[in-house]
Amino acid sequence: MTEEHPILPDSDGKYGLYGGRYVPETLIPALEELDKQYQLIKQDKNFQNEVSNDLKAYVGRPSPLYFAKRWTKQLGGAKVFLKREDLNHTGAHKINNTVGQILLAKHMGKKRIIAETGAGQHGVATATVAARHGLPCVVYMGEEDINRQSLNVFRMKLLGAEVVSVTSGTKTLKDAMNEAMRDWVTNVDDTYYIIGSVAGPHPYPEIVRDFNSVVGEELITQSKQEFNKDPEVLIACVGGGSNAMGLFYPFINAKNVRLIGVEAGGLGLETGKHAAPLNDGKEGILHGMRTYLMQDESGQIKETHSVSAGLDYPGVGPEHAWLKDIGRAEYVVADDEEALEAFKELTLIEGIMPALETAHALAHVKKMAPLMNKDEVIVVNVSGRGDKDINTVAEIEGINL
Amino acid sequence: MKRIESTFDNLRKQKKKALVAYLVVGDPDLETTLDLMEVMVSKGADILELGISFSDPMAEGPTIQHAHERALENKTTLSDALDLVIQFRKKDSTTPIVFMGYMNPFEAMGAENFCSRAYKSGLDGILLVDMPPEESRNFTRAASTNSLDLIRLIAPTTDEKRIKNICTDASGYIYYISVKGVTGSNKIDPVEVKSKVNTIQSMTDLPVVVGFGIKDADSVTSVRDLSDGIVVGSALVSLIAEGKNQLSDKISNKIEELSSALLSE
Ligand SMILES: Cc1ncc(COP(=O)(O)O)c(C=O)c1O
Repeated sequence: MTEEHPILPDSDGKYGLYGGRYVPETLIPALEELDKQYQLIKQDKNFQNEVSNDLKAYVGRPSPLYFAKRWTKQLGGAKVFLKREDLNHTGAHKINNTVGQILLAKHMGKKRIIAETGAGQHGVATATVAARHGLPCVVYMGEEDINRQSLNVFRMKLLGAEVVSVTSGTKTLKDAMNEAMRDWVTNVDDTYYIIGSVAGPHPYPEIVRDFNSVVGEELITQSKQEFNKDPEVLIACVGGGSNAMGLFYPFINAKNVRLIGVEAGGLGLETGKHAAPLNDGKEGILHGMRTYLMQDESGQIKETHSVSAGLDYPGVGPEHAWLKDIGRAEYVVADDEEALEAFKELTLIEGIMPALETAHALAHVKKMAPLMNKDEVIVVNVSGRGDKDINTVAEIEGINL
Repeated sequence: MKRIESTFDNLRKQKKKALVAYLVVGDPDLETTLDLMEVMVSKGADILELGISFSDPMAEGPTIQHAHERALENKTTLSDALDLVIQFRKKDSTTPIVFMGYMNPFEAMGAENFCSRAYKSGLDGILLVDMPPEESRNFTRAASTNSLDLIRLIAPTTDEKRIKNICTDASGYIYYISVKGVTGSNKIDPVEVKSKVNTIQSMTDLPVVVGFGIKDADSVTSVRDLSDGIVVGSALVSLIAEGKNQLSDKISNKIEELSSALLSE
């Protein structure tokens, strides 16, 4: 390990070319204040203790590292371990971030919480912590996602959140994010916007990465205990990129560990109907950040497609864009069909039903493990559980529940 | 002298305020946009702000969002908007035109490429909503080498130190956003506007115009004396949304209403 990874973002909120703060002037002072408060509080021992107590007693951390023995045997190559974020309270990695950000919001004296959501997991994770801290919460969600994730919509409502249906644009995650930004511009004095991935204007990509890094940090310890070395390969799905960043970041300087992010291939890269900006996108500006985007020649953002709502996003966190350019991480795709197959396979062989987002990462494990040696280790981030996707899967199978 | 500067000079000599009228290029089609631009100028608009449609107009309220959507349904592009300026300039060589939009379509064309084409087309300024000064190096350079003004936004949340910085490399005029919110908001507070505009004027000689939330004679009257001009957007765009039937009469009445409210003592 000769070359140490630089500490990013830099003082401009950039990861190389990417990141930054491309927002209307009204929000700039709020982002500067957020950055200042975050930099101070993250050094604070009391805050750190509060976060780690919540992660332990409320979220249920550390999440186990599970050896998928039967699946490993079937794949016939590398040992496959699952980092079980699906076992967290509310069923996904998203809660790692919301537990931290809500404490930051309270520290800043904010009285109202807003969030955007795609699959509904971040919405649920936000509504959950808002309920716990007694703060009113509004979640913006695309109309199309409301239809395909109805279970999570009802969960949010039970948790006391108001779910606002977003009917502009493509009616999915990107439009929900626009709408949340509009709310924030209007109510910036008393409202805290909890962004749900390592995306958006600086300092959000940094904040969300830091709160999710507990995943990779636990894995460092667990790897020593389980196999007494670093894993050869880490694999995670990439929507905005928070579960991947949380897994990768603590291993950034461990150059012997391959980091592989899996984007949504949708109906196939060649069809253009996918959500894989790192594989088939171009640099541009959306939602306050410079990053890889799916866009046409005139700079309009393209409609995306993925069977999983949580990956159905035309952009990606700026740190991933940078990790791709410098070659530290690799980004591949798995299409809808491969993801569905992996979803069923893990359910049948290990009795673990993953989220459809996660299933994209698992699909890549299926391709890769057989090509590796039996003494090598793959750790895949099981970013969430699949209960929320049962309706989608049933519909695809033509089954009426 | 640049068109924006000479427009404000003339207005100042006549002790008048600027009426800045906004509409989205290609809403509902390019021909209508050109007609409406001419109507607006003939009825008293001093500067035209042309919205450049974007798939994700983060700072717009529903009225202008829908205008962007209508323009995009027609596949209106930034190139089309430049061609429109060329058409307009055949008949009108004095009214300033400013493009207002989001960075990505401009980046897709490239800062230098866009600015040199824009200058040749007869455009006067650009205002990119999601481009704060910190992220504007390329456009600042390209705009200034091509004699385009780079209009800057100042918001109610902008503090004095930032105002000073923003004014340093602004040109044309300063656009003060009168309310925290998206376009079409409704809660303009003249007292707050006055004190902020005074602060801005103490830091720059550029004209200051006030926008967001101005929609009729009453709201014009409430902010008229506080700045060098006003911007009206959603109120015009909502007429366009009603359809082409009698559109040019409706726009012409609206502009008359606003410009006479700007004049009356
Ligand atoms: C279970 C699960 N995994 C992954 C994602 C994708 O987000 P990210 O790429 O930020 O981890 C989501 C988003 O909703 C999710 O619910």
